[in-house]
Amino acid sequence: MADTATTNGAVPVPLTTRKDWTSDQEVRWCPGCGDYSILAAVQMLLPDLGVRRENTVFVSGIGCAARFPYYMSTYGMHSIHGRAPAIATGLASSRPDLDVWVITGDGDSLSIGGNHLIHALRRNINITILLFNNQIYGLTKGQYSPTSEVAKVTKSTPFGSLEQPFNPLSLALGAEATFVARTHDMDRKHMMETFRRAHEHRGASFVEIYQNCNVFNDAAFEGITGKDHRAEMLIPLEHGQPIRFGADGEHGVVLRSDGTVHIVDVAEVGEDQILVHDAHRDNPGLAFQLSRLSRGPFEPTPIGVFRDVERPEYGTQMSDQMAAAEARRGGKGDLAALLRSGSTWTVGAG
Amino acid sequence: MSDTTTDEHAPHTLDRVVIRFAGDSGDGMQLTGDRFTTSSALLGNDIATFPDFPAEIRAPAGTLAGVSAFQVHISDHDILTPGDAPNVLVAMNPAALRANAGILSPGAIVIVNVDAFDERSLTKAGYETNPLSDGSLSAFTVYEVPMTSITTEVSKDAGVKPRDAERSKNFFALGLISWLYTRPIEPTLAWIDERFGSKPLVREANVRAFKAGYHFGETAELFESSYEVRPASLEPGEYANITGNTATAWGLIAASVRSGLPLFLGTYPITPASDILHELSKHKHFGVRTFQAEDEIAGIGAALGASFGGQLGVTTTSGPGVDLKSETMGLAISLELPLVIVDVQRGGPSTGLPTKTEQADLLHAMYGRHGEAPLPIVAAKTPAHCFDAAIEAVRLAVTYRTPVMLLTDGYLANGTEPWRIPDVESLPTIDPAFATGPNAEGPDGTPRFEPYARDENTLARPWAPPGVAGLEHRIGGLEKADGAGSVSYDGMNHERMVHLRAAKVAGIAADIPPVEVDDEGGDASVLVVGWGSTYGAIAAAVRRVRARGLQVAHAHLVHLNPFPSNLGEVLARYPTVLVPEINMGQLSRLLRAEYLVPAMSVSKVQGVPFRAAELEAIILEHMGATAAAAPSDGKVSD
Ligand code: SF4
Repeated sequence: MADTATTNGAVPVPLTTRKDWTSDQEVRWCPGCGDYSILAAVQMLLPDLGVRRENTVFVSGIGCAARFPYYMSTYGMHSIHGRAPAIATGLASSRPDLDVWVITGDGDSLSIGGNHLIHALRRNINITILLFNNQIYGLTKGQYSPTSEVAKVTKSTPFGSLEQPFNPLSLALGAEATFVARTHDMDRKHMMETFRRAHEHRGASFVEIYQNCNVFNDAAFEGITGKDHRAEMLIPLEHGQPIRFGADGEHGVVLRSDGTVHIVDVAEVGEDQILVHDAHRDNPGLAFQLSRLSRGPFEPTPIGVFRDVERPEYGTQMSDQMAAAEARRGGKGDLAALLRSGSTWTVGAG
Repeated sequence: MSDTTTDEHAPHTLDRVVIRFAGDSGDGMQLTGDRFTTSSALLGNDIATFPDFPAEIRAPAGTLAGVSAFQVHISDHDILTPGDAPNVLVAMNPAALRANAGILSPGAIVIVNVDAFDERSLTKAGYETNPLSDGSLSAFTVYEVPMTSITTEVSKDAGVKPRDAERSKNFFALGLISWLYTRPIEPTLAWIDERFGSKPLVREANVRAFKAGYHFGETAELFESSYEVRPASLEPGEYANITGNTATAWGLIAASVRSGLPLFLGTYPITPASDILHELSKHKHFGVRTFQAEDEIAGIGAALGASFGGQLGVTTTSGPGVDLKSETMGLAISLELPLVIVDVQRGGPSTGLPTKTEQADLLHAMYGRHGEAPLPIVAAKTPAHCFDAAIEAVRLAVTYRTPVMLLTDGYLANGTEPWRIPDVESLPTIDPAFATGPNAEGPDGTPRFEPYARDENTLARPWAPPGVAGLEHRIGGLEKADGAGSVSYDGMNHERMVHLRAAKVAGIAADIPPVEVDDEGGDASVLVVGWGSTYGAIAAAVRRVRARGLQVAHAHLVHLNPFPSNLGEVLARYPTVLVPEINMGQLSRLLRAEYLVPAMSVSKVQGVPFRAAELEAIILEHMGATAAAAPSDGKVSD
């Protein structure tokens, strides 16, 4: 990486390669873990984004995914379980000049940190959240997670889990998220494109990544993300395009008059009946329907950007309020005047 | 209290008086007390206040549980407490009388709103007979004033509905007391104008009620005389009357200005700390960001994230919030980033007594985290001192790259006293000393940045917020290799890091003033050691003891971790060490453990501060003296 003397925006962003974004730390995930390909996708994308290493921060919580920041040569914080969105909120809202990424997992941000996730989305904090969903607790060695399917047998549920899982995308949409997408660890190109769009979005971006934990929940997504299954089982969402899938685009999605979406054979209903994807729709209802189209990674499942709408970003609004307060008061605060702003009286000498 | 009378019509001069305004939660007693305090402050009196209100926003009207009171002590000399026993009680209803009659000084003046003493209200307050007629108040001088009816009457032709007019009766009471204690009426009239300017009818009703109260005193011939309390001879300077919470907020802003670090408050509303958030949220033009988080954990998390980004991260809370923030405090200790945690203590455990004061979070501040997790602790001793304590907390946090706990409490938070406004230039400057470049060399001799290479003197690590090329680094809650800061599971390294973190905090002792001992005669055998808001009561008790011709020493700790370096030597000088605390003896336990001295706990946990008299009695007992043995000259005051 070519050295830059200053962080001043006028200095051109140096050309970088994946290597420049890679730290000297040995990567310690299990061999074959899906995390490796996600890391590679991010490290390969960053040189393309025109951003500076010193202005980039990765914040994580706890879990396998949370080791991610150590492997990046940027600024980073490996924090505590579930709290990364809260920590990133303070950082991103007070430092709008930074690119803040949150790396999290299904246990980290949907269980212990659920509250912080939904509020960061609602506030539209300018952060990019990558949620590695492997439907299991990896670091604690194999307990069911809030995205595990009902009846899952794990170390902590020998007789099967009783719990209805979260649908992370439905949750994010319900939490007023302005950018919601899904991708998976088997398709680097799709990941890079999805992350690029998430990064471009001003405000909170939420990306669910189907990630294989080959040790505790191997092949959880194989049925839809495996090379041989993708054409039939993944439904690519592309803004402005009819929602079609299948080797020859023979399947499609239609919107019924009751507001629900369904999978049909295009030949049966006719091409003009196929729903055209609109990620910029203000009303999240249709995106919500699409997020419910699949009940899990065993049915045809939409991937791509579900929702991408504009809403003022929190940190900018915060700065605007500060600027407005300054304008109203005719300048920056004067400490001596503040200390005398109440009713005061003077005691004379002698 | 001493009177001197010159002529019949001139007001009697008093050296001090303690007045307690009491009524229903909805009666506006806090506002009344506050206004009386302000006009007294403007007059130049020394003052100390004690707002005392229930946790319920609107407890059932007329009940004991719903009584809200405001006590103010005004004097012509310097005072230390809001006073043990009120000389005057203004009681707006029977419940207010019943809740407060027991604490009045003998011969106190009791002014009641007689309109509120109907049978229903008496029953609600638990009176079986009317105290105004059954002789139970014979120890006091009782004035029955029809406050409600006069207040409604004067607003009759102003277009105010009688129901609304009645609500101005607190201004009647304020007017009456303003006359009785010869307070100027202009500041209050100006204040009513400003506050209610947008509601002309309310403004009119309040003005009329206030004036009616004032004139009632003058003309009703109920009172033999009015009184005056002359200005106190305080140190020359400009003064303001300030609450602890406002002083804390302003101290934080001052520290932000003096360090050049933008202030970021991440917090969650909680009694009695919320007023700090309210105050700071008004001052965005100081570059202050206030973030009302989704919960206590997010509050401190956001503050820590801001600190990582090079801001002055602060979180404010009370005990239950500290519980929730503990994990993040541990992270901040591990990250070694500046952070200030303000704990406005209240009665616990659990929800406890939200509006009542307590000092029971000291051990929590000291030890309330898993692992070896020391952090510096600073405690404010008076409402105005919260200003200095906040600046000191920031100074330590920034200099030593560490979370610091600032302990105040409900009594300080809402209490007020005159504050001599400091000259901005006299405030300490705080140097963030951000890292500017590499501080180490790699194995091949190339310069690199080591986030845990320490300053030799302070043992502080470099603070390198994002944005500077070449200083990119990753930190986290996992144990770090000494120097390089990379993850390390090595046991010997862990031990070294545990010792380094402890030594860094312990080393602060060399950077704080030695504890001062107030031992007037130099011959005392009893030392009273306090911390936090017991300052006023202890100092007043010490005065009382000295007025008896006896000697007693007082030391008050502002730094609780580390302790001042001379503390051990000071404790060893005195055969008897008493430690009054609004807890079960937390500081005394620390002193015993640290210095092997037989420090004795004096404990009170009733949700209220110590009274000077009770501490006086305890000190005397430990001196082998009794109150009767050497009576005071009656001149001392608290
Ligand atoms: S446990 Fe699973 S998620 Fe964790 S590193 Fe190993 S394979 Fe990856």
